[in-house]
Amino acid sequence: MNRFIGFVKKEFHHIFRDYRTMLILFGMPIAQILIFGYVVANEIKDVNIGILDKSKDNVTQEITNKITSSGFFILSDNINSDNEIEEAFKKGVVRQVIVFEPNFAQKLKREGVVNVQIIADASDANTANMVSNYTKAIINNYVQTNLNSRGLPYKIIPEVRMLYNEELKGVYMFVPGTMALILMLVSAMMTSISIAREKEMGTMEILLVSPLKPLPIVVGKVIPYMALSFINAILIIALSYFVFGMPINGSLIFLLLETLLFIFMALSLGILISTVSNSQMEAMFISMFALLLPTMLLSGFIFPIENMPVVLQWLCNLMPAKYFIIIIKNIMIKGSSVLIVWKETLVIAGMTVFFLAMSVKKFKVRLE
Amino acid sequence: MQNITVEVNNLKKSYDKVEAVKGVSFSVSKGELFGLIGPDGAGKTSIFRILTTLMFPSEGSARLLGLDVVNDFKEIRNNIGYMPQRFSLYQDLSVEENLTFFATIFGTTIRENYNLIKDIYVQIEPFKNRLAGKLSGGMKQKLALSCALIHSPNILILDEPTTGVDAVSRKEFWEMLIRLKEKGITILVSTPYMDEANMCDRVALIQNGEIMSIDTPDKIIGNFGSKLWAVKSRNIYQLIKDLRSLDFIETVFPFGEYLHVTSKTGSIDIEKLQSILIEKNHTDIHIQEIRANIEDCFMALMK
Repeated sequence: MNRFIGFVKKEFHHIFRDYRTMLILFGMPIAQILIFGYVVANEIKDVNIGILDKSKDNVTQEITNKITSSGFFILSDNINSDNEIEEAFKKGVVRQVIVFEPNFAQKLKREGVVNVQIIADASDANTANMVSNYTKAIINNYVQTNLNSRGLPYKIIPEVRMLYNEELKGVYMFVPGTMALILMLVSAMMTSISIAREKEMGTMEILLVSPLKPLPIVVGKVIPYMALSFINAILIIALSYFVFGMPINGSLIFLLLETLLFIFMALSLGILISTVSNSQMEAMFISMFALLLPTMLLSGFIFPIENMPVVLQWLCNLMPAKYFIIIIKNIMIKGSSVLIVWKETLVIAGMTVFFLAMSVKKFKVRLE
Repeated sequence: MQNITVEVNNLKKSYDKVEAVKGVSFSVSKGELFGLIGPDGAGKTSIFRILTTLMFPSEGSARLLGLDVVNDFKEIRNNIGYMPQRFSLYQDLSVEENLTFFATIFGTTIRENYNLIKDIYVQIEPFKNRLAGKLSGGMKQKLALSCALIHSPNILILDEPTTGVDAVSRKEFWEMLIRLKEKGITILVSTPYMDEANMCDRVALIQNGEIMSIDTPDKIIGNFGSKLWAVKSRNIYQLIKDLRSLDFIETVFPFGEYLHVTSKTGSIDIEKLQSILIEKNHTDIHIQEIRANIEDCFMALMK
């Protein structure tokens, strides 16, 4: 046991003395979560819009106020004629123009139906889609609260509601994905590099000649990275909770346990990679290409799995991150318990056992 | 037989199509300092890696302390100290941390075996908080030796420990090995430096995966057979050409500023040779009969 503790201690020395390792370990997760949070976020906030009000009565005024006070939109342009609409878009500031038809209030009173035209800049299709949905929702809301409640028989258009993400917040989408990505990358890459380094520096030769068995060497490599990755995970969760307001509706302990399992899986994978690579470079490239891209593309992080061709969907089933993302989303957003995600948990556990068994088996006690 | 610590029998090792070790046999007695002398690529490292159980032999067998290198590798690993050719300690750990680490993984402590490494360790102890990667070449070797010794092994296997180390450190290093030998440790050491052969009890001269001769350094020199002369002049290049063109000269090998020359008849008339060389416009000619060294023997055996 003393031998094992000595080994783990040595491993910590390596990590803490190498500032690059420390940077990757702790700098990367923070940077990534902030980048994804602020840059990639696809939520709507302070979108510039223009309004062409051909009626200028109390109803259009009320709707306009409601839209501009929602916090999603900024009225940056009051447009006076149809011809100016295109001009406003071409200037590139305005993403959406709302047009109220003439005699808006009168017509509403007389006929019960009026038209609001929403023109969105669809060169960015996603944003256009979201912006128009938001606007529709606000107008519907107005119709419901201000007119219908007074007992007036106006038609109600079905409300568009985004389940679990009513505000279409980006964080809900990217936190689980980023967490999976970072843990996968940090854990797997760092362990595989650290074992490959022993090979490259020739220290593996001495370790092999020593009476240390493969299992203590492998586990001794895993434990420090496990501890650090776990701290990392907590950091990500804290950051997403406090900075981006990501909810944790389920049990935090359960969430951490699942995270720990995923980290352990990633570490086993890292060891497996290191048994087949002989240099740090090789280990890094395998980790990058075998883990980074598939995890980003095939885990449902960026592209929905349901929309992929069947063959790719099969491939997705091999991605550990896919299951982890499902688990995390369930726990954090829906507040699910073990009963809901036991299948995914079992899949990750199975993968862990498989990778660990493979790497102990493949770990060479000799140089050849 | 009890006295034989290392026994190597017709050992062969091939990498793909290259045969690195072509049937090597030797045995080392307990407490012996045995040298494997040969140039780079002679197969020294391959032999040592088989003995340290790091590689399988392609053919043949080897036993250390009566244990087979293939089947009993776990027991062997407990009993040997190995110092690979490349500096293989953790460069980002300090001197003391390295030593503590290796003591721990062998299940011992520095204090337990301190008397064994004391002579060596006191020299690097002033730098014990320095990172191993920042030590000088000679210091690194001393640290590596300390780490290989920390678990008090029966056999010490050192692969080219003095390569890339300055002359003073090399001398110190060999003195340390001799002191360790006196403590009863069997030592196998390889080196490409022929002059270090004299420090060994017995040496095996190895070339292209084959042992050319195994004996004590004195006997190998004694077996040199023919007389040897050292010749020098101002234009050494021309001298080689001229000497090789003479019909009574057998071999000419450059050795530092001298040429070592053997004769087909077994004798050279120094005055006659001098006059021949003067005729060929050589100046500052110096000729004397010398005693052969290991390198001469090596060159002679290589033919």
